[in-house]
Amino acid sequence: MISGKLFKNITIFSIVMLIIATAFVGIGCVDNQETTEETTSEDATTEEVEAESIMIKGSDTVLPLTQAEAEEFMIANPEKSITVIGGGSGVGIAALIDGEVEIAMASRKIKDSEIENAQANGINPVEHIIAWDGIAVVVNPENPVTELTFEQLKSIYDGSVSNWADVGGEDLAITVITRDSSSGTYGYFQEEVLLDEEYRQDALVQPATGAIVQEVGQNTGAIGYIGYAYLDETTTALALDGGDGFVEPTPENIMAGDYPLARPLHYYTDGEPTGLAEEYIDYVMSSTGQDIVSEVGYFPVN
Amino acid sequence: MLNRYLKEKGIESILFAAGAVAIVVLFLLCIFLFRDGILLFENYPFGEFLTDTKWFPTADPEHFGLLPLFLGSLIVTVGAILFSVPLGIASAIYISELANPKIANFLKPVTEILAGIPSVVYGFFGLVILVPVVQKTLGIPTGQTALTGSIMLGIMALPTIISISEDAISSVPRSIKEGSLALGSTRWQTIYKVTVPAALSGISAAVMLGIGRAIGETMTVMMVTGNSAVIPGFPSGLFAPVRTMTATIALEMGEVPQGSDHFHALFAIGSVLFITTFIINIIANYIKRRYRFNL
Repeated sequence: MISGKLFKNITIFSIVMLIIATAFVGIGCVDNQETTEETTSEDATTEEVEAESIMIKGSDTVLPLTQAEAEEFMIANPEKSITVIGGGSGVGIAALIDGEVEIAMASRKIKDSEIENAQANGINPVEHIIAWDGIAVVVNPENPVTELTFEQLKSIYDGSVSNWADVGGEDLAITVITRDSSSGTYGYFQEEVLLDEEYRQDALVQPATGAIVQEVGQNTGAIGYIGYAYLDETTTALALDGGDGFVEPTPENIMAGDYPLARPLHYYTDGEPTGLAEEYIDYVMSSTGQDIVSEVGYFPVN
Repeated sequence: MLNRYLKEKGIESILFAAGAVAIVVLFLLCIFLFRDGILLFENYPFGEFLTDTKWFPTADPEHFGLLPLFLGSLIVTVGAILFSVPLGIASAIYISELANPKIANFLKPVTEILAGIPSVVYGFFGLVILVPVVQKTLGIPTGQTALTGSIMLGIMALPTIISISEDAISSVPRSIKEGSLALGSTRWQTIYKVTVPAALSGISAAVMLGIGRAIGETMTVMMVTGNSAVIPGFPSGLFAPVRTMTATIALEMGEVPQGSDHFHALFAIGSVLFITTFIINIIANYIKRRYRFNL
């Protein structure tokens, strides 16, 4: 009887210990796997160039363009393989710094802090401008306002102006809409329009560009910013004055560089690209590649 | 004989291990969540995290103020409860006490279907249908308000509240109700003076679990509440955009650099959320056990 009880206790005790041990082994494995993966991917980086396959990671703005380019490139060169992953500009640049990818996509310029991190890791980021994107500031079609200066736009977004009457419109409260902080467009707009000041605290934050279009389309007092590719008849794009007179966001003005909210889309590579990465970037910059840029809704370089 | 004994023990141990897995998972979750959350306070004072009224995670200097997000979650949840508790308890009373069995057998599964709809569908419905309605009806600058979130969350918490309150009301012994009726009270008097008070512990537990459901909901609130990180007034804040803790994590997790203060701040918010729902669940369990009907 006593031995039975003892046996039971020992069994339970050993099982508990086994579970805890398994859990900790599990934790250990997770870490180990990560490190092994890192090392293999670093090894693979050198091998993959020979095996003709590369990885591209980064901005969700550049993602659809890169996917289209990579598809066409792989149709033309079936033996070569390009993997494209989104996640955001910062994620892509971080992956380049860690040596996980050959090319990082970014809808903003690389930050100084990121360059420092890269150099500390022995990576030398080289910038390639592959296309241009125009950011349109949109309002509801019923709103009589059709143009704003950068000062007016800044005062709307930093909170010093809250009524359309103050910028030449009707007596109507302004509903200011931004993207969330993980969007590259959020950072770009903050830099260009707000001059790195903070967005007003009561601005609506939308998780996707589609949600901005939806809200501006149904709300007469709303203002938001979206990529040129998202413009349709439910919203009106404003002409902006960045200091050289009002300019409409038309393809001609964006390509001519007259429209003040046009931004370059970047690829970053470690040093000058070699092998497949070089071949691919040359393809994107070729006239075929730049035609794809226009098809996707962005603007070719030059 | 020994063989049979071992088999019994073996099965018992396997079942015990299966039960222990849940605890181990919870334990590990806590460790990882809190470990990454606490790292924030190496660089950012804990007091400021609790009292700062600004959430500017990418500004220089950074502001990681919990207050607007916590109060945002609170106001949306309070609104949801104000909306769903009366409705939920009324439905539960109707289903268990008044409806004829055919209707009750139809209504109960239907309310449970509500629980199976994905939250992104609720969010989309809220954004496209409810947001313009709220804006036009109330004549406010935007329909993406705490109120809109509350209504959507209220609808989502209804199935929990209805099904648990209904169980509680149904389990009130017949003898008590019959005693009340025998003493000459009407059916309505019996319901609100005898049945509901007798089922109050179950109903309170249902409300607490409904709160737990509402406070943890992410997708729907992110799509309909506007996500402005401002401290909401009460009750005026109901008609203005707010941002909840869950929406903040979901919005900003995407591109936050791993290991940065912002990253740890999101984990700290996750820890606060975890502790809040944990406390709510403990209270719900306590109420349920404390006031269980003893006959």
